[in-house]
Amino acid sequence: MILGRLASARNAALLAVLGLGLASVPLWAPRFWIYVATQALIFAVFAMSLDLLLGYAGLPSLGHAAFYGVGAYACALLALRQVDGLFPLLLVGGAAAAIVAIPIGALSLRTSGVYFLMLTLAFAQMLWEISLYERGAFFVLCLVVAVLTFAVLQILARSPFGKTLEGIRENETRMRALGVPTFRYRLAAFVVAAAIAGVAGSLAAMSNGYATPDLLYWTASGFGLVAVVVGGTRSLIGPVLGAFVVLVAQLGLSTYLDRWELILGALFIAFVLFVPGGLVGLVRRT
Amino acid sequence: MEVSASGLTVRFGALAALNHVDLEVAAGERRAVIGPNGAGKTTLLNAIAGELRPTEGSIRLGGRDATRLPAWRRARLGLGRTFQRSTLFSRLTVAENVALAVRARDRKGWRFWPLRDRPLEDEVARRLAAGGIAHLANRQAARLGHGERRILEVELALAASPSALLLDEPMAGLSGDERRTTLERLGALPDDVTVVIVEHDLDAVFALAKRITVLDHGVKIADGTPTEVRANARVQEVYLGAI
Repeated sequence: MILGRLASARNAALLAVLGLGLASVPLWAPRFWIYVATQALIFAVFAMSLDLLLGYAGLPSLGHAAFYGVGAYACALLALRQVDGLFPLLLVGGAAAAIVAIPIGALSLRTSGVYFLMLTLAFAQMLWEISLYERGAFFVLCLVVAVLTFAVLQILARSPFGKTLEGIRENETRMRALGVPTFRYRLAAFVVAAAIAGVAGSLAAMSNGYATPDLLYWTASGFGLVAVVVGGTRSLIGPVLGAFVVLVAQLGLSTYLDRWELILGALFIAFVLFVPGGLVGLVRRT
Repeated sequence: MEVSASGLTVRFGALAALNHVDLEVAAGERRAVIGPNGAGKTTLLNAIAGELRPTEGSIRLGGRDATRLPAWRRARLGLGRTFQRSTLFSRLTVAENVALAVRARDRKGWRFWPLRDRPLEDEVARRLAAGGIAHLANRQAARLGHGERRILEVELALAASPSALLLDEPMAGLSGDERRTTLERLGALPDDVTVVIVEHDLDAVFALAKRITVLDHGVKIADGTPTEVRANARVQEVYLGAI
């Protein structure tokens, strides 16, 4: 029943093609492209969490990378203490981001330009790294996390909680007049999005083997927004597509251009002006 | 639910939009608040509903001091309202608009699993039919005509099953048929529901309300039955005999 309401047949087909295509990547792709796809999936998890804020709750955030960064640092710090096992690290990344998100959200529900001390944590001698060096295996982990994120957010968006967020986005005054404590709902959405961004950050730390302040810099949030808008807000699958576009653009363009962000910026503006529904909107229209 | 305000003052800088206004509306009473533009009628409703903090004075709802309660807490005490400018969920359908109101009333927002909610769907269908907008169920609120928007505005407030209802010009811009439907809807409210209506349409005011409060420049100039208010010298002055 839920599956039936998830999406139209076209969306389901799009999802199936995307999922199968991605799952087969480790079987045929060269190492480099497995690495690219892994990075894109991590970024996709981050972008989907941003879609919950921007698309469903109507909270555009330029500070969302903070939680990505917190997840990465929490994961890296724990790994430095020789903590073994992937799931504890992912959980801690998500939980740390959620805890940090509570006061930040309560104060402002919007942060921008957050960046911390210059601090690079190399964790080259990790116990679990040996297994992770199998790029294919790590890719599958990222894919599993991305699919789970998609499913959880899809369910959340269609639940009474998601509908309430939608109502607050559409008209907060009316929701208050109907007796809804709108602040609490927004804070809850903020914390959930932060937790997922934290999980994405943990994956990034595991993948790179280090955590740097870049992860928290506002441009990381900016790239996230570009991915969500280019892919299409309020669709979850849009941000996944957008994440791949942004990452491939980054790889392809940065080889030839120093200021490749300009091209990405132009793409962003073009989508805002001419393709408000994003890539997903284009598919839906045809 | 009884609604009362005492010594209510709202200042915007040097301007006193409301100046020591007292209002006592008993449970189940139907009260109209009238007055020329800028008299402070909407300000009064906003202060009672909690969208606006009064500079001075206090507000009681059902005998409880509500002066410091946020708008959503007052709504949970049973206070419903409509807005002068339609305040809808524009990108959602008419049915989804009403569903949000019913869900808010039942406090079902903290559910995280998308189960089908038959009783809710049935109630939404019943309410749309009663409001004469069943044929618009799947229309986006942004695509409604003016009158249809006003009717949905009232339906959202009714769907919360309020025990006191503040109505801000519900008749403004309605066609003859739409006026009749809205008057019937409001007339059919249970007897124990308190209604405070701000309205320029004096026929509607006299059809609904047994008592009338008249505001002018933020000050209450009259309060009484329609006959008493009509006979009031200051009211006649303000309305130039048009009442």
